[in-house]
Amino acid sequence: MSQTPYSIVKMARDSSRPTGLDYINGIFQGFIELHGDRRFADDPAVVGGIGQLDGRAVTVIAIEKGHTAKERSRRNFGAPGPEGYRKALRLMKQAEKFKRPVILFIDTSGAYCGIGAEERGQGQAIAENLVEMSSLGVPVISVLIGEGGSGGALALAVADRVWMLQNAVYSVISPEGCASILWKDAAKAEVAAKSLKLTAEDAKALGVVERIVSEKDLGQQPFFHRLRQMLVQELEDLSEEEDLVSKRYDRFRRIGVEAVRETV
Amino acid sequence: MAFIKFLKPKNTLEEGGRTAAIVQQDALEPEKTCPNCHRSFPVSKLWADRLVCQCGYHFRMKARQRIRSTVDKGSFQELFPSVHGKDPLDFPGYPEKIDTVRTASGELEAVICGTARIGGQECCLFAMEPSFMMGSMGSAVGEKITRLFEYALEHGMSVVGFTVSGGARMQEGLLSLMQMAKTSAAVKRHSDQGLLYIVVLTDPTTGGVTASFAMEADIILAEPGATVGFAGARVIEQTTRKTLPKGFQKAEFVLEHGFIDEVVPRTGQKKLLSQLLRLHHGGDRFESDTI
Ligand SMILES: [Zn+2]
Repeated sequence: MSQTPYSIVKMARDSSRPTGLDYINGIFQGFIELHGDRRFADDPAVVGGIGQLDGRAVTVIAIEKGHTAKERSRRNFGAPGPEGYRKALRLMKQAEKFKRPVILFIDTSGAYCGIGAEERGQGQAIAENLVEMSSLGVPVISVLIGEGGSGGALALAVADRVWMLQNAVYSVISPEGCASILWKDAAKAEVAAKSLKLTAEDAKALGVVERIVSEKDLGQQPFFHRLRQMLVQELEDLSEEEDLVSKRYDRFRRIGVEAVRETV
Repeated sequence: MAFIKFLKPKNTLEEGGRTAAIVQQDALEPEKTCPNCHRSFPVSKLWADRLVCQCGYHFRMKARQRIRSTVDKGSFQELFPSVHGKDPLDFPGYPEKIDTVRTASGELEAVICGTARIGGQECCLFAMEPSFMMGSMGSAVGEKITRLFEYALEHGMSVVGFTVSGGARMQEGLLSLMQMAKTSAAVKRHSDQGLLYIVVLTDPTTGGVTASFAMEADIILAEPGATVGFAGARVIEQTTRKTLPKGFQKAEFVLEHGFIDEVVPRTGQKKLLSQLLRLHHGGDRFESDTI
């Protein structure tokens, strides 16, 4: 393949890629949006609600970046604040109550770095999602559709199955951030992108994602149709699984175990 | 000896740390200068005060020093002491960096776990190590924290933790990020069995550690003046182009905004921890009447 990891990062960020709402509208029937975190505000960077998948009600949550300049600004460029994570959690707990599966679409450079976000507990909001998602009593599937920026992406990705689009990326830090911290040179982002192992292939090899979704016909009807069929099938499989929560625990429990040594 | 020195105030964050250098004064005992009040004290005097200056400034403390000054004498039993990280991603410069850090810190990894008694109360304990890549969380840190909560769950024990961390360890990439989910799931299992977890946030507690087990305790305490936040202050300034409010991301500020239960000076921590543990462990008074 001729693509470098950094060129994939740029593709993942491309504003012409389908955004969260495109996935919602392309895959689910009769989506009804539900707003607000019931605590402080409604975060436009996170869209959530109920839709139908093959006749079955599911809770759908997506980070939305927006397409036009105006829309992107209104969506805060897909950088959620604590309210976005709390809205997502509220809707996931609602899904659990009504025994609906949860499907999430993730596309963010990261959780918003702002004064208000810190004042209202950005770290606590993400932490709470990690805790609660780890034991949510319904099937959860997360799909990384563009950028998977660190804790801000993980806060919606503690799932039974995590999938990545072929040219999506998932990373603990942006390559530019990594390069400027480690080598005091943001221009070394190319090296950082390669070293961070942030592509879909890398993530799959590390056991972080189960499946890579081909981008053939990306954003077109056949693409959404294919993804819909994949989700329907996966939900069917997950519905038959027992001890879902304990399997989810084991899924994350084993990550990194091989990166650890016991003897000196 | 304790003359007030008029030094130019320094931006401590720019310098990547606030631990003052030890100043050798001729043949006298080594001294430490407080970055807050700029007075110098003999190291032995500071030690007697748990590395707290008379002005209230808390110097950074190594994990083993902290454990020693918190637990009952001789009660600490280390768990998983040999667990340490590799270089799973073949990350440029990481093996060399880790070697240097191991030699300089005298530790294999950025967290120390074990069991101990605090004021007679048995508990599991973890303390993160500031001199080991500023307590950054890679696979080994995540594994040790997770094992500690699993051990505490199996033995029905409370967990007391001291955090100090710049966040997830970049050099282990996604594996570091996933430790946030892994530790959080372990905290949840422990919590669901009605077991207690108390955390003491120390300077600095930021990034992926704030966004996981640091903010998941039943009771969240913090040291005075500790930086506690998710995003770094400089990143926020660059992103928002706004002046940060006074005391932004300091423990007192975070307390005011409702995310910390109490700010507790180091000198009062042991007593409060033992009281809290006792209240949850059902002292004599509770035991006699129940069931
Ligand atoms: Zn002082």
